[in-house]
Amino acid sequence: MSEYQNLFTKVQIRGPVERGVVAEGDYWERGTGGGFSTLLGKIGNAQLGPVYLGVYGVASLLCGFIAIEIIGLNMMAQVNWDPIQFVRQFNYLALSPPAAEYGLSIPPLNEGGWWLMAGAFLTASILFWWARTYSRAIELGMGTHVAWAFASAIWLYLVLGFFRPILMGDWSEAVPFGIFEHLNWTNNFSIQYGNLFYNPFHALSIVFLYGSALLFAMHGATILAVSRYGGDREIDQIVDRGTASERAALFWRWTMGFNASMESIHRWAWWFAVLTTLTGGIGILLTGTVVDNWYDWAVKHDFAPEGQWEPDF
Amino acid sequence: MALLNFEKKYRIRGGTLVGGDLFDFWIGPFYIGFFGVTTAFFALLGTLLIIWGAALGDTWNIWKISINPPPAKYGLGLAPLAEGGLWQLITICAVGAFGSWGLRQVEISRKLGMGYHVPIAYSVAVFAYVSLVIVRPVLMGAWTHGFPYGIFTHLDWVSYVGYQYGNFHYNPAHMVAITFFFTTTLALALHGSLVLSAVNPSDGKEVKTPEHEDTYFRDTIGYSIGTLGIHRLGLFLALNAGLWSAICIVISGPIWTSSWIEWWDFNWLGTPWWSF
Repeated sequence: MSEYQNLFTKVQIRGPVERGVVAEGDYWERGTGGGFSTLLGKIGNAQLGPVYLGVYGVASLLCGFIAIEIIGLNMMAQVNWDPIQFVRQFNYLALSPPAAEYGLSIPPLNEGGWWLMAGAFLTASILFWWARTYSRAIELGMGTHVAWAFASAIWLYLVLGFFRPILMGDWSEAVPFGIFEHLNWTNNFSIQYGNLFYNPFHALSIVFLYGSALLFAMHGATILAVSRYGGDREIDQIVDRGTASERAALFWRWTMGFNASMESIHRWAWWFAVLTTLTGGIGILLTGTVVDNWYDWAVKHDFAPEGQWEPDF
Repeated sequence: MALLNFEKKYRIRGGTLVGGDLFDFWIGPFYIGFFGVTTAFFALLGTLLIIWGAALGDTWNIWKISINPPPAKYGLGLAPLAEGGLWQLITICAVGAFGSWGLRQVEISRKLGMGYHVPIAYSVAVFAYVSLVIVRPVLMGAWTHGFPYGIFTHLDWVSYVGYQYGNFHYNPAHMVAITFFFTTTLALALHGSLVLSAVNPSDGKEVKTPEHEDTYFRDTIGYSIGTLGIHRLGLFLALNAGLWSAICIVISGPIWTSSWIEWWDFNWLGTPWWSF
C-alpha cells in the first residue's frame, strides 16, 4: 500500500552550473554567478542563478527601489524614525493618497504628493518589468504568454490606482500603500458601494481565483501522480504523447467525463489565471463610475432579496 | 460515446477497493465502481431534496433559492424538514457524495497505476467544506451556524459572518489563505504561460525545450524551479489555500469571539517585548 509518491527529490546530483541557452541579440551579458541549494533541490531545481539584468531589469529595480524607499521613509517618519516602533506599528503604517479636494492635481508632498510619486515609480518599475518579461521571451525565441498574463495583473493594478481614480476625478479614490490600510480600503469600498458580492464581475473574479486554485491542485496532483511515467516532461508529452499523458487524460475522463490534453490544460490554466484579474479589474472600474450601489442594482435586476438578510445567530 | 483511440488498452479489470468486479464497468466515458453508485445515490438524493426545499420556499428564481440551516433553537438536534431538516439531510448527502467521489478517484488511480495525489488533494477541499458545515457548527453548539445553500444567500452569509468579527481581513489565518490563493493563481499563470510559450513560439520557429524554460526563469528572476518542482509547488500552494481558508473560519467563533481588529491590539501591539 505505501509507495513512493514523489513529493520530494531523494537523490540530488551536482554538475557544473547550467549556463542557459544562447539568447539572440543580447545587449548585455548574462551574469556569471550561480550556485546550488540542497534545500531547494528537495522540491525543485537545486540551481540558483545565473540572472540576466539587462536595461529593463536595471530600470525596473531602480524604480522599484525608489518607490519602496519613498513608502518606507514616509512610514519611518510617521514613527519619528524609531526602528522599534517601525516594526511594532508596521502593519498600521500607511502612505495614503491625497484628499479628495486635490482632485487630479499634484498635491504638496506631505499631503499625498509622496503617494503620487511612489505610485509613479512603482508603476514605472512594473512596466519595465513587463518589458523584461516580453523582451526576454523574444530573445530566447519563445512565445510571449508570460508577458500577456502579467499584463492582465497590471490591468487590475492600473484600474485600482490609475484608471478608476481618473474616471472618479480624484486620486483619493486610489488604494493606499500599507498593510492594514489597503485592507481597510477594500472593506470600505465594498460597504460604500453596497456589498461587492453583488457585483457580477467580482463574482466572476472569485470564481476564476478559486478555479485557479482548483485547477492547480488538479493539474499539480495529476502530474505528480503520473511522474513515475515521466509526466513532468510536459513538452515531450505534448509533442509526442506517451503513457503519462494517456493515463492523466483517462483519469479525468473516467472521473468526470471530460479531459484536457497535456497542452490544453495549460491553456485552461492560463485563461483561469488571466481572467481572475481581468474580470476583477472590470468589476472595480464599473464601481462608483457606472454603478453606485451593487445591492440596489441586484434588487433591480431581481437577483438579490429585498430587505436585509438575517440569520438566526 | 466513442472511446479515445488509445483508451481501449487501459480499460482493464481490477483496482477496486470494494465490490470486486461487480461494479467494475464504465457508462460512456464515466467509470462507475462501487463508489460511482454511492456518488450517484447521494448526488441524486441531495439534488432532489434541494428541489423539494426550493418548492417549499417562495421563489423559483435560481439566484434567490435558498435552503437554510435550522434556527438556533434546535441546537445540535434534528430539525423538522421544513425548518432546516432538509438542510441537514442535504449536508449528509453532500458529505456522502464528496466522500464517494474521492474514493472513486482512489479506485481510478489504482486502475491506472497512478499515485494518490488527486484524491488526497480533493480531500482537502472536502475537509474545508466539512469544517464550514459540521466542525464549526458543532464547536459553536448549533447547526444554524452552517451556511445556507443558495447562490446569493451563501454570499450574504459570508458577508454577515465577516462583519460579525469586525473586519475579517484582519484575521491572520484569512490573510495567509488569501496570500496562498493569490500566489497559487500567480504560479498557475506563470506555469501555464511558460509551457505554452515553449511549445508555441512565433511562426516558423522550432518548439523549445525545458532548457529554454529554465533559462527564461533564471534570466528573469534568478531561479527556475523546474518541470517537476512546479507541480509540487502548485499543489502545495493550492492545498494550503484551502487548508488556511478552513482554519480561518473555524477559529472565528470557537477560538476568537470578538473583532479581528482587536486581536492585533492584544497579540501584537500589546505584547510586552516592545518595551525591552
